[in-house]
Amino acid sequence: MGEIQLMKGNEAIAEAAIRAGCDAYFGYPITPQSEILEYLAAANPEKRTGMIVLQAESELAAINMVYGAAAAGKKVMTTSSSPGISLMQEGLSYMAGAQLPGVIVNVVRGGPGLGTIQPSQSDYFQSTKGGGHGDYRLLVLAPASVQEMSDHVKLAFDLAFKYRNPVLILTDGLIGQMMEKVELFDPVPRSKTLPDWAACGKKGRPHNIITSLHLDAYEHEKMNQKLKEKYALMQKNEVRYETYYCEDADYLIVAYGASARISQKTVTLARNRGIKLGLLRPITLFPFPSEAIARLAAQLNGILSVEMSHGQMVEDVLLATRQYPALRVEHFGRFGGVVHTPEEILEAFIKLFIQLN
Amino acid sequence: MESTDIIKPENLVYKRSRLMTEQPLSYCPGCGHGTVTNLIAEVIEELGIESEVIGIAPVGCAVTVYDFIAIDWIGAAHGRATAVATAVKRVLPDRYVFTYQGDGDLAAIGTAETIHACNRGENITIIFVNNGIYGMTGGQMAPTTLEGMKTSTCPYGRDVNMQGPPIDITRMIAVLSGTYYVTRQAVHTPAAVRKTKKALLKAFELQKTNKGVSFIEIVSNCNSGWKMSPVDANRWMEEKMFKIYPLGDIKVDGKMLV
Ligand SMILES: Cc1ncc(C[n+]2csc(CCOP(=O)(O)OP(=O)(O)O)c2C)c(N)n1
Ligand code: SF4
Repeated sequence: MGEIQLMKGNEAIAEAAIRAGCDAYFGYPITPQSEILEYLAAANPEKRTGMIVLQAESELAAINMVYGAAAAGKKVMTTSSSPGISLMQEGLSYMAGAQLPGVIVNVVRGGPGLGTIQPSQSDYFQSTKGGGHGDYRLLVLAPASVQEMSDHVKLAFDLAFKYRNPVLILTDGLIGQMMEKVELFDPVPRSKTLPDWAACGKKGRPHNIITSLHLDAYEHEKMNQKLKEKYALMQKNEVRYETYYCEDADYLIVAYGASARISQKTVTLARNRGIKLGLLRPITLFPFPSEAIARLAAQLNGILSVEMSHGQMVEDVLLATRQYPALRVEHFGRFGGVVHTPEEILEAFIKLFIQLN
Repeated sequence: MESTDIIKPENLVYKRSRLMTEQPLSYCPGCGHGTVTNLIAEVIEELGIESEVIGIAPVGCAVTVYDFIAIDWIGAAHGRATAVATAVKRVLPDRYVFTYQGDGDLAAIGTAETIHACNRGENITIIFVNNGIYGMTGGQMAPTTLEGMKTSTCPYGRDVNMQGPPIDITRMIAVLSGTYYVTRQAVHTPAAVRKTKKALLKAFELQKTNKGVSFIEIVSNCNSGWKMSPVDANRWMEEKMFKIYPLGDIKVDGKMLV
């Protein structure tokens, strides 16, 4: 059994980074995730593992530092919240284009604009559909507990290097600020070797170039083809989700992160009233568990996508169920920083699916 | 006498750097970028550090400099080279790390990264080619464009009341305690080339001593963007550019020269 601690989600992310053998962290303060940089600054990881921690002058600088350390073959991470993540989009596109690994955490707050510092899930489109310019995808993990905040950091590094692609941990102010028991994994030593593709000094090999530029359109198409195949491979191999009371379900909630935690209670409330409601929680948002949802669709009378947004993931649920055009797929969610209650979700569900029948 | 009688090791006065690749340079004929690129290759070769050096390429006319010099390179986003260099040097402190940037890259879109990397005293070399214009995108106004100078986005000449005066970012960063060696050079004559080479050698060697940023501005031409012949461009540069951007050392051994 690993070490058990009571931690905030944000602190778990920071501690997990040190334990995962992260070489460098670059970040810029923003609520509700500043605890990550604060924790790292206080924990003195430079002494503990040799990990570098640097406060950048902006998120723009931070993501380009991440790009640099990743290009040098190192395990590197940054964290921010919505407005800061928007500033990072060009850098993320460059990382995807240059095929660089790296872990980015978005502790989402309500937008648009400066919005609010309260939790939200309104960055789903930006996270799962590319976000920056060009045809690319991030691999997106959605933790729903402080435990997963820790576990996903390690997983994210593994996946980032496996696919040479940035991995985004999409969480929100609720999970970031929430305190829970967490079993910390045993520390992984920092890697002593660098990947053969890294730009780190060419000792004994031809020189390496890290770039996303291909001036010849046909060359660039080839490069894009490679990326496309890589994303298809992720879709084949990396789909992760969890089901809750789905075996006999007539209705299904699809929800991730904080909304999934809240919806668990909704399932209990519904079942107490004799409604066979289940929950599917995507753990990866890209790749999206479309097949799992499609498999369940055959037995369902309706699906409610629950997200703290106007309704973004619901589009992916609709796509997943397009072989069942008669199946009703609806969205419910409070937004702009308001967190829905289990009762509100149940009420919305009943209005949308039960009373109409 | 046959030419083969002359081509002998003892008669060698100049040779192409071993680090220059076979790739033809993409710069316009007569452009200073070609000379600077070649100098960087020569300096790295002479210092024998080709296996320990990482170059950060800009977005600008030198965007594909990584195809010309056979060392490890990272192509940065427009303006972000010093942020990239910061990280590379922090995670690989025993390597030599340098950026190669134009004036749009370093003094417009990347101003914040430039100033903060200099302020933190990153132990890197910044090579700054100032040609007073955006070469790559077809000759638009740069923050360094001279007063009255015509470009495609100030076709009647730069109006300082509208667009501000040319920025001297090199002097700005020289006052920061994080910079250790700041100099302004050129590559339009053999003598200037020799001086620039010396400055580059010094800058790279300084990285061994962990003293902070070594910053080399090279005032250069853009004959295509300026719409002049290479010879006229160099003359114009001497007359106009050097007045606003005078050549010489600005800070040596961490001390400002007055
Ligand atoms: C974010 C972004 N904005 C704009 C551009 C277009 N762009 C490419 S190079 C350049 C200016 C280059 O000028 P400079 O840095 O002076 O270098 P030079 O080409 O003169 O050597 C611009 C604006 C870009 N590539 N990326
Ligand atoms: S456009 Fe100007 S700066 Fe660019 S290569 Fe040509 S002459 Fe040089």
